Amino acid sequence: MKALYALYSDPDAAQHAVEELRRQGVSDQLITVITSQPYEEYEFSHRYKQTWIFWIAAAGGVVGLLIGLTLAYMTATLWPIVTGGMPIVAWWPNIIIMFELTMLGAIIATVVSLLVTTELPATRSRVYDPEVSQGKIMVAVEEPSDVDVPRLERTLRATGIQEVKRVV
Amino acid sequence: MDLRTEQKINADLLRPLRHTSMSFYSLVAILGTIILVGFGSWMYQMWNGLAVAGIRWPIFWAFYITNFVFWIGISHAGTLISAILRLVNATWRRPVTRCAEVITVFALMIGALFPIIHLGRPWLFFYLIPYPSERQIWPNLRSPLAWDFFAISTYLTGSTLFLFLPTIPDFALLRDQMTGWRRRIYGVLALGWQGTTKQWHRLEAAMQIMAIAIVPVAVSVHTIVSFDFSMSPVPMWHSTVFGPYFVAGAIFSGIAALIVAMAILRKVLHLEEYLHPVHFQNLGKLLLLMSLLWGYFTFVERLTTWYGNAPAEMAVFWATQTGSYAPLFWTMVFCNFVIPFPILAIKKLRTITGCVIASSTIIAGMWLERFLIVVPSLATKHLPYTWSHYRPQPVEIMITIATFAAMVLLYTLFSKVVPIISIWELKVGGDAPTHLTSEEEEEKRALWRVRP
Repeated sequence: MKALYALYSDPDAAQHAVEELRRQGVSDQLITVITSQPYEEYEFSHRYKQTWIFWIAAAGGVVGLLIGLTLAYMTATLWPIVTGGMPIVAWWPNIIIMFELTMLGAIIATVVSLLVTTELPATRSRVYDPEVSQGKIMVAVEEPSDVDVPRLERTLRATGIQEVKRVV
Repeated sequence: MDLRTEQKINADLLRPLRHTSMSFYSLVAILGTIILVGFGSWMYQMWNGLAVAGIRWPIFWAFYITNFVFWIGISHAGTLISAILRLVNATWRRPVTRCAEVITVFALMIGALFPIIHLGRPWLFFYLIPYPSERQIWPNLRSPLAWDFFAISTYLTGSTLFLFLPTIPDFALLRDQMTGWRRRIYGVLALGWQGTTKQWHRLEAAMQIMAIAIVPVAVSVHTIVSFDFSMSPVPMWHSTVFGPYFVAGAIFSGIAALIVAMAILRKVLHLEEYLHPVHFQNLGKLLLLMSLLWGYFTFVERLTTWYGNAPAEMAVFWATQTGSYAPLFWTMVFCNFVIPFPILAIKKLRTITGCVIASSTIIAGMWLERFLIVVPSLATKHLPYTWSHYRPQPVEIMITIATFAAMVLLYTLFSKVVPIISIWELKVGGDAPTHLTSEEEEEKRALWRVRP
């Protein structure tokens, strides 16, 4: 992968860099900001607020509910033996199984959608610098065209950093 | 938060992972020996049959089921408390959550082991799992024991994921900071985490959903454990109050276990700058509330039985109030209410030491409570000619001690390989919004003070 990036010590400078890159016509899809913590109070961390994860979790819950319902019904009818004077398909106790599998479905759907949308586990090399874990904030432009590189490098340097690194 | 503070947090919280003292190895060796003896006791029981344990007609549930209920209760320390604190956005939760979530996972594992230990032929435990076997026999899903299987496996899966997800960024940090084989292992666990804004946002959204989902699951788990008892027409078991009574007791013992664990970690791992008196104060307040709630439930349960005056119920009632179980009952009342209440209610006494003393008595008291729910009802059931006494045998005592050792060992080993305080969440606390109340400002100052 090809990228160009700079490391910032404070989030204000990183925010400034993101704005400068936008001003240069770089689209949000190409700008990657990597941090060691979520900076909720900065605009750059709000670029991916839109998510379907809540609906996917709800769908997972519905699937879990249906599995619970089917399992409880089929298990009772496949081994039809009367216990405690209860009907073969006893809905009161079945609600417990259905509830647990609903929640399990929602939990698993949440985790799967998290992993899928964030592309974890990573299967291809991606832009990263271990200095991020020391608190630095990386602002990167992914896959810049060769003609744009000098201009983007100048833009990043103008935001007050010493070094612009390249990944080729 | 400036870079210096951020790097100091990294250094402080990764120190226990980098340096190992001789006392760590000694502790592991001692705990490992206790666990081996416990395992040997279990083997002895499997070889000779359940007769070597003190469980015999009519008391078929005793120490093992007491331990099962106790450990499932302790498991409510973590995920439930952590999830509630996440949902209400309590800023002081950040250094506490992982300490708590780890308790849940390990306590559940240990708790889930007891029904298997309790089985005469433990290798057939999979009969509980609904699968299309060649025998054409399916589990009875109308049985509370099958409900246990579903509830505990859902809670264990949810809690493990709830613990794992926010640990991914810390694994990434460890991947960057460690060398050699450790770096490779943490690299695998980090799953290629970068820390992009999209990843952070999705992680927080997922944690929010998990927190919402895990709270009702946690409540359901202990309610279902209570159903193991209350679904039977056994004196003093067949009660509608048992569900909430068990849930309250579980949260009560869970918070107590969390306070003790935090105090030990604070002392041993030198986390004084991160686990502040304010954390113990706040958890102490919660513990006080739960102590009052526990007292309320115990009173309600006893009063209802006494007022009803049903002969079978009263036999169990008097066995615990003035009979052979009375010393245990009144010790329980002292441990769960009389001792902790003043300690936790008086602000001057609600220090770290005070909270640890109160929590320790509560843990002992709650174990007794579980024992007093399980045994006296079976020992004094309906027909007087069936009445009996229970004496725990060495095998049961040894297995019980071994599971406590297992809990300590698992916790110790975990804190050796994973930062016991969530590093990234701690750092987030340093960047709280600027519009804070004066109290929040003070708390923030206390949390982020860096020693020169």
